[in-house]
Order: sequence, then C-alpha cells, then structure tokens
Amino acid sequence: MTHSPRVGLFVTCVVDQVAPDVGIATVRLLEAAGAQVEFPAAQTCCGQPAISAGEPEAAARLAQHFVDVFDHCDAIVAPSGSCAAMVHHWFSRLLPHDDRVATLSARTFELTTYLVDELGRNDLYAGGLGAPLGTTVTVHDACHGLRNLGIHDAPRSLLLAAGAVLIEMDEADTCCGFGGTFAAKHGEIAAPLADDKLDHAAATDARWLVSSDIACLLHLEGRRRRTGIGPEPIHIASLLASGLLA
Amino acid sequence: MSHGLVTPGTTIGERAAAAIADPGLQRALRNLDTRRYTARAVADGMPERKDRAAAIRRETLGDLEGWVKRASTALSGAGAQVHRAATPDDVNRIVIGIAQRAGATRVIKSKSMATEEVDLVEALGAAGIRAIETDLGEYIVQVADERPSHMITPAIHKTVDQIAELLSRVSGEALPADHEAITEWARARLREEFLLGDLGVTGANFVTADTGTIVIVTNEGNADLCTLIPRVHIAVVPVEKVIPRLSDLADLLPVLTRSATGQDISNYLTMVTGPRRAGEVDGPEELHVVFLDHGRLALVGTEYEDMLACIRCGACLNVCPVFRRISGHAYDAVYTGPMGKILTPLLSATGEEGRELPAASTLCGACAEACPVEIPLVDLLVRLRADLRTSGPVGQRASARRSTAPGELNVTPISSGGRRPGEGMATAANATPLQFGRRRSRPWSYWAAVWSTPRGYRVSARVTARAASLIAGRRAPDAGSGAAAGRAAAVRWSSRAWFGTRGWSASRDLPLPSVRGFRDRWRNRKAEGW
Repeated sequence: MTHSPRVGLFVTCVVDQVAPDVGIATVRLLEAAGAQVEFPAAQTCCGQPAISAGEPEAAARLAQHFVDVFDHCDAIVAPSGSCAAMVHHWFSRLLPHDDRVATLSARTFELTTYLVDELGRNDLYAGGLGAPLGTTVTVHDACHGLRNLGIHDAPRSLLLAAGAVLIEMDEADTCCGFGGTFAAKHGEIAAPLADDKLDHAAATDARWLVSSDIACLLHLEGRRRRTGIGPEPIHIASLLASGLLA
Repeated sequence: MSHGLVTPGTTIGERAAAAIADPGLQRALRNLDTRRYTARAVADGMPERKDRAAAIRRETLGDLEGWVKRASTALSGAGAQVHRAATPDDVNRIVIGIAQRAGATRVIKSKSMATEEVDLVEALGAAGIRAIETDLGEYIVQVADERPSHMITPAIHKTVDQIAELLSRVSGEALPADHEAITEWARARLREEFLLGDLGVTGANFVTADTGTIVIVTNEGNADLCTLIPRVHIAVVPVEKVIPRLSDLADLLPVLTRSATGQDISNYLTMVTGPRRAGEVDGPEELHVVFLDHGRLALVGTEYEDMLACIRCGACLNVCPVFRRISGHAYDAVYTGPMGKILTPLLSATGEEGRELPAASTLCGACAEACPVEIPLVDLLVRLRADLRTSGPVGQRASARRSTAPGELNVTPISSGGRRPGEGMATAANATPLQFGRRRSRPWSYWAAVWSTPRGYRVSARVTARAASLIAGRRAPDAGSGAAAGRAAAVRWSSRAWFGTRGWSASRDLPLPSVRGFRDRWRNRKAEGW
C-alpha cells in the first residue's frame, strides 16, 4: 500500500455489547493490513433487528443515524456480513430520499472481503507479522454475507494463508437457524437447525467452527453449551488475530 | 378444511415441534436432500434461461387481465368453453354444474394445486360426485385423508413403510415396503378408475395465449389419461398461469422441471388444444377452462405482484432449512414452504389465513436464491411482516401499491464464484421503498428512539449488562450450583432483554453482556496495550 487507507470501524451492537474481543481482533487485523482505524463513537446499531421484526419505521431511524455517523468515512468496515448486507440491501429502501445512501453502501464492507478484495491482503502474516495457526477449521457461511454480498472465498483464503487446515463440512451454506427475531420466536425450529449445523461441523473433526457473523456463532455456541456437540465456534477475526505477533 | 395433519397443533410453533419430534417424518424428509442438490446443480448451470423465464413471467404480469382475455379468445377459438371464477366457491359451483349437466359421476383428477386451493374434491363429494386423485402421491394423501405436504411430492412426509401399510389396508393384501411393488399395485388400481372416469379434472402448468394450449407436466402420464379418456375435461387454471406464446415453453419447461426435480424434461408432457375434433379418435367431447382469480388480479401493480410469477416448481421448499425440518403440514396451509408463507396470507380474503407464517422464517435467502423466476421472497416476507401488523387483507392495501415501474427486473451479474450475490433480492438500483405510516409497535418505537442516540444506546447497553451481572452474581457466594443457577437466571433475563421473549433460553445459552463493552475497551486501548 502506498498510503494507509482510513477505515471507519462499525463494530456492530452485538460485538460491542456481547463479544468486545471480536472488535479488538478486528482492529488488530485492519491495522496489521495497513489501515488507519477510526471508531466513530456515536455509532449504535444498523437497525437490522427491526427489519427482522417487520418494523421498517424503527429500522429507518437507526439507518438514518448510521448514515449521519459514518458518511465522513472513506470506507466502513464491520466484522459482520449480516450488518454490512443490511446497509447494502435495506438502507436504500428505508431511506429512499437520502442521496448519501448509494455511495455509503458502496463504501461499506464486511471485514474479510475488505481485507482480501479491497486491500489485497490475502496473507496477513506475510513479512513475519504472524505465526501460522497450525489448526483445523471448518467454515459456516453466514446467510446474508453469502447471499447478499457473495462472501465465500475471502474468509477461506485468509484462513488458508494463515496456516489453518480447512475441512469443509456438508451444507456449509445452509442457515444455522439464527435468523434474528426468529431465533427467539421459533426456538423450537432454531435449535434443531443449530443441531444440524453442529452435527455437520462435528463430522469434520475440525478444532474450530469459524464464521464471520457473531450472531450465528452465539446461537451455535449457546446450543453447544446445552448439547456438548460440535467444534468450538469462533469468529474469524478472533482466530486470525490470535496468530498476529504484534 | 377437514383433512388430517400428521403434525397437529394450533400454532405453527406447536406443529413444528410435533414435526421435529416425529422420527418417521424426519426419516421421510431425508428424501428431500438428494433432490435439492440435484435441483440446485442443474438449475445453476442455466442462468440465462432463468433470466428469460423470469422475464416471460413478468411480461404476463405487466398486463395480466389482457393476457387472460387473449388466452380466452384463443381457447374459445380452439373449441374450449371458458369460465371465469372470482372465488373458490365459484370454481366449485362451475365444475359441479358442468358435471351435473354432463351426467358425470366419476371424476378422475390429475395433480393440481389450484383444485387443492378451492378444495374441489371435497366440494364434489358433497355434491355426490366421487373424485379420485390419479397422481400416486396425491392418491396416497387422499386415501390417508390428508393434505399434500409438498406441491411436487405430495406424500414426501411419509416413509415407504407407512405408505405400504396404508395401501395394504386399502387393498386388503399385504403390500411389501418396496417402491416398485407399491407402484405396480397402484397402477393396476388406478387403471380401473381411468377406464370408468366420465369427467377429467386437471390443473395446468401453463396456458398459452397465442394458441390456447393447456400445458401439463407429469412424470406418471396420468394427465394424458385424465384429458383423453373421459367425455368431458375441465382444467382449473389460476389466472397467472397464462403465458404469452407457445414458444415461451422452450425456456419455461426446462426451468420448471430442472428446478422441481432436477430433470431436463418431465417423463410426460401433455398439451391440449381444444376438444376432440371431427374425425379424431381421442379426446373429450367437451373441454372447459375455469380461470380462477381468488384475489390474484388485485395483486397486480402491488409490491406483492412478483409472487404471481411463481411456477410452482417447489425449489424453494426443497432448499428451505425450515421446511426440511418441519414439513408441509406444520404450515396448515395449501401452499407450504417459503412461497406458501407469502401466498397464503396474500390470497386470504380476510387476512386471517396464514398470518403467523411470515414470521416463521430465518430470512436466510436460500429460497430466493433457488427461485428460477427470481421472486424476491425474502423482501416479500419482510414486507408482509410489516403489513401484517394490522388486521385485514394485505395484498390490496394502498401501502402495498408499487411506487416504481413494475415489471423491471434487476439482474445482478454473475460473480466470480458462480454464485450471484443478491440473486432473488432486488438491489439498490430498483429498490422500492418500504411504506411508512402504518401502525407502529410501541416497544419498537421506544427502542428506535433510544438506540438512535449515542447516549441512549450507551445507557441501555450499560443497564442491560449491569442487570445481567447482578442477577448472575446474586447467588455467586454459594458457588457451585448456586452460581450456575444465578447464571442461568441471568441468561434468561438478558435473552429476554435482547429478544423480548423466553423463546431463546429454552434451548440455548447466551453469553452475558459485557459490563465493559467494546467502546470502553477502545477508549482504554493504550492502557490495555492493544
């Protein structure tokens, strides 16, 4: 990189409140990749819970706040495909008269695709920055990242370059059953879907069940604590940052 | 409707739980797996054809009433009699009237979702006319007095053992649990019915507006017999089944069969243009086409219009993780799976049927991705969730009116990975705004008011985290089981704070919110040394 790109970190409400370590890992990875990270302190939530609940007015209010807070950033990066997809897919519908939305959406990225596709940093550990992970992983493709943003190759290439052994599970691209408000409203369906995912992951014998969305991981980990089945769920940022030497 | 459900219950949640707890049903549902991967693999190889199919469907919807009129003219020209039915009752009245005038008493039916929608077999029975389903899957559910659970494979909820047992009871002979033996028996059994039938009832996969041709796809050839043997043939056709041209089938048929079963083409293709003509040896003396509206025309020009593009291939059911676990009867509706969650409330005249269905989706988007005619199923589910906050029928409301030009498809280019991001989900370029001004829920208004200010958000996060840690620590001094109980109580409480229900904590834990969230950690970054 000839100059260091300036990145506005959208840490997401779930990472902020429930998994702050994932946020720290995200910052470390972005900085290792040469980015200059800013954390706009006024940020809250993208509004996706309200979309999931069928409350577009509430979602629009949060979306408006997001646009106001992040519009000054060159790039906006979130450790979540789902929240980035919310910006890409729903903001233009929620805020049809705000002409900042189109360009802001185009500048909003999920972490792994930002590192690989935008910064061209396929190997974060190059030049002695990190030590090979030397562990086995299987990847769960989170739905909105996969289907709205096409996130599939970036997390895998980062893991492989970091020295992880990737063992693909069956149905990696099938929903884990989280689904926002669905996870609580239809726990009777969400839990068996988590079981299916954990069974597929267990069949790989991988050490880690990796995903780029914290909500899926909380759901899977929450279920795993009850059943004891499946590898330990971990956010990709946490795993990748664990190999960084600085 | 009076048909039995294998998974009873008063809510979709209860019926889903019954389905998940039913080992026979879960075993039967495994048969969907190979099918879904075949369907996906084959359909993925034909994006251009899918785009053309999607465009043809939108062409019809751009002027649906006009195309139905053109089709009616062509059908009449070929010698068919055309009827228009506004409601399910109208369909049943028209069909029963034709049957009575023709003196018909034995109806042979091929598979049709439209006749399920109007509950025709039951209405015929009430009028003293016996109708028998001749598609094997439909025959099985009819004998079991159940409803089809899947629009392509109606008896997918049954194992071969259950089917053998059921048909053994009917036949009085012990049928082995073997697909071929069961099929052999059913073939002989249904042959008697075919030969005695004096009225054939079918649906239609398509009706062409240029030639007036009724097009039916089957794998068993039963539609051939239902349309050729009886004196009278009636096709019950939802209005949106009309397509402009016979030549459109070149795209629509392969897209339908590949998406439905992974076949390049179905075993049989039945095409009927008019009744028997002078000098012909086959075909009915009378051919009737009953066009069914049932609220469909009112959806044209609304945000829900895309749903009318559906060609009933069943791909969205096959790929749906929820459907694959709970099966069709859990929906307690004629149309099941993702498309059923949308179509059922849209077709409801009162807005009451299927109200709970749109919420029973993870919004994962596998359905929209699989849909061969590019219906934005996830968008429609979200829109329905919003529109269903108020009672009454949803489709025709002013809020559902489209605010941009209809019929334009935004086709996203193929990405390097072969998967098309945003497929089935309209992108920003043709985004239609969600309408506001409907009744808002008070909790969500408060939530938005608090969380759209940095201070409100910070305070709410802190309160949640502190409260959870207080609850968790309440019994901490006892250690051991006391601490575990305190933690469990905190999990229950905080999952309610996050999700607003107890539904989470029954089956999963939740990490307790951090008293020091990321924003605190960021502020103290230097001190923490990261």
